[in-house]
Amino acid sequence: MTTKLETLPIQDKKSAGKPKNHRGPKRARESRGTLAFSRAARTKALTKHAILILAGGLMIYPLLWMVVSSLRSNELIFREPGLWLNSLEMGNYTDGWSALTHPFGHYMLNSAVVVLGSILGNLISCSMAAYAFARLQFTGKKLFFGIMLLTIMLPFHVVIVPQYILFSQIGWVNTFWPLLVPKFLATDAFFVFLMVQFIRGIPKDLDEAARIDGAGHPRIFLRVILPLMVPALATTTIFTFIWTWNDFFGALIYLTDPDMFTVPVALRAFVDSQSATSWGSLFAMSIVSLLPVFLVFLFGQRFLIKGIATTGIK
Amino acid sequence: MSAISELSSLAKRKAPVTAEEKKANGRDNKAAYIFLLPWLVGLVAITIGPMLMSLYLSFTDYNLLQPPEWTGLDNFIRMFSDARLHNSLRVTFTYVLVGVPLQLAVALLIALVLDKGLRALPFYRSVFYLPSLLGGSVAVAILWKQIFGTTGLVNQVLAMFGIQGPGWISDPSTALGSIILLHVWTFGAPMIIFLAGLRQIPAMYYEAAKVDGAGTLQQFWRITLPMLSPIIFFNLVLQIIGSFQSFTQAFIVSGGNGGPSDSTMFFTLYLYQKGFGQFDMGYASAMAWFLLVIIGVFTAINFIAAKYWVFYDD
Repeated sequence: MTTKLETLPIQDKKSAGKPKNHRGPKRARESRGTLAFSRAARTKALTKHAILILAGGLMIYPLLWMVVSSLRSNELIFREPGLWLNSLEMGNYTDGWSALTHPFGHYMLNSAVVVLGSILGNLISCSMAAYAFARLQFTGKKLFFGIMLLTIMLPFHVVIVPQYILFSQIGWVNTFWPLLVPKFLATDAFFVFLMVQFIRGIPKDLDEAARIDGAGHPRIFLRVILPLMVPALATTTIFTFIWTWNDFFGALIYLTDPDMFTVPVALRAFVDSQSATSWGSLFAMSIVSLLPVFLVFLFGQRFLIKGIATTGIK
Repeated sequence: MSAISELSSLAKRKAPVTAEEKKANGRDNKAAYIFLLPWLVGLVAITIGPMLMSLYLSFTDYNLLQPPEWTGLDNFIRMFSDARLHNSLRVTFTYVLVGVPLQLAVALLIALVLDKGLRALPFYRSVFYLPSLLGGSVAVAILWKQIFGTTGLVNQVLAMFGIQGPGWISDPSTALGSIILLHVWTFGAPMIIFLAGLRQIPAMYYEAAKVDGAGTLQQFWRITLPMLSPIIFFNLVLQIIGSFQSFTQAFIVSGGNGGPSDSTMFFTLYLYQKGFGQFDMGYASAMAWFLLVIIGVFTAINFIAAKYWVFYDD
């Protein structure tokens, strides 16, 4: 149930109840009827496509305009709502790249470290917890599972002040640890839940067979379950990537030294330092910052859609 | 199965414990807790510990430098007479109560159009979903700041029709509206959940309704809406919880100060200013608990109201 939603072909529902064409004398009449029907349907479909293209165009227009604007001179950005380009101005990109204390690549690298660490942390810790919840019987299981579900809905503001105090007292402010350590402790409970649901869909016979062959839980987990839950791991990887790459609040609080800035806080510093004077280079770096997310979107769409459709993570 | 339905069914479920299972319990406890170890450490150190700490701090005056000083209910009494806090509540409530229904309505509308067997579905779905993915980023908030600026894209388009638009973001009466629009723009994620829900409605219901002579609108009110109500409910709960915690957009669009004249001072933004701007940690903790209570009350109202309008098939 959890994973099949998106793989259903679109036409299934429509054709399911319909009787097949009868042969014989009725056939001619019927096909005429179908023809008339299909003409009406075609007009309807065309209207629909027109509406959707219009709405979709409106949706992505701002994004396209930002891409185009990043290649325009500043004066043109304030005058030109259209999308055509007379000349390519790469100056915005070179200016933006070196506008802050460090070249922009430095912040990209910082973000990459945080993102990769977070992905690793979430994959290890969440899959372990999920295995226990999905496959093992233990005292307090229901209570813990309930708590885990509740933590999904807990606003982070309730814990952020003491967390900050804790991490600042250990001396971890302006390090990546406050952003990474929680990931290794399965605090993104959404993924634990996602993986529990996925493991529940894996036939139990497989682990029982492995157990009969003398495998213990670590072995069953590593050799049987993990290889089978690759789709869930992929979804987790992709969402962790996007969330962490975009994370502003955590980075804003913990990373105050420009050396340690991740991309979102660097962009914010850019806004503060230049205000509205150089939209061109600001847009250029915004595009650079969105590019990794966009690429992940292109290649990971299938997992993204599934993840949202089944658990509501976005 | 979704997190919400899982939660609501948690209370009802009672598995009988057989002697055999008890034996299995004994066998798995050790392994289970080892697998759960990261999550348990996280729960104690990153979630429950800080929650208790924040509850304690909410009754104190604490600025990080001197030890916390117990002040009883002072922080909560202060909240009663804090006009800026009242304003931030009004801003946040407006954002949630206008933005969430509007976003869900658009999401449902587009999902309905997309559901009817379109050829290019994956393409449209991607176009409508992309803003959802990028919407939380600093880059898009920067884009929004320009689009609704005095010389921004919106006013450039309006100027083509000879209209002189206001400075949307610098005008207190329209600033919040621009941020709400940004929220509505990111309707892609709930749209995908709606699409998945629409797929699950059996086609035979529509076939039967057609035989009985029901029109499109009647089918929508009598079949689609009731059958989709659990999904609407799920989206509603999720979006409300998430919207109360919005931060990045308001922070970037307003330049971090909730302006103009506090018209975009979200509750979370004010909390950030108190806690991490003025290091008034006690007050910030009290605010965080207040936010938790507000979200809890809204979620509870949702669950209670759901009894009257959410229809379960089973």
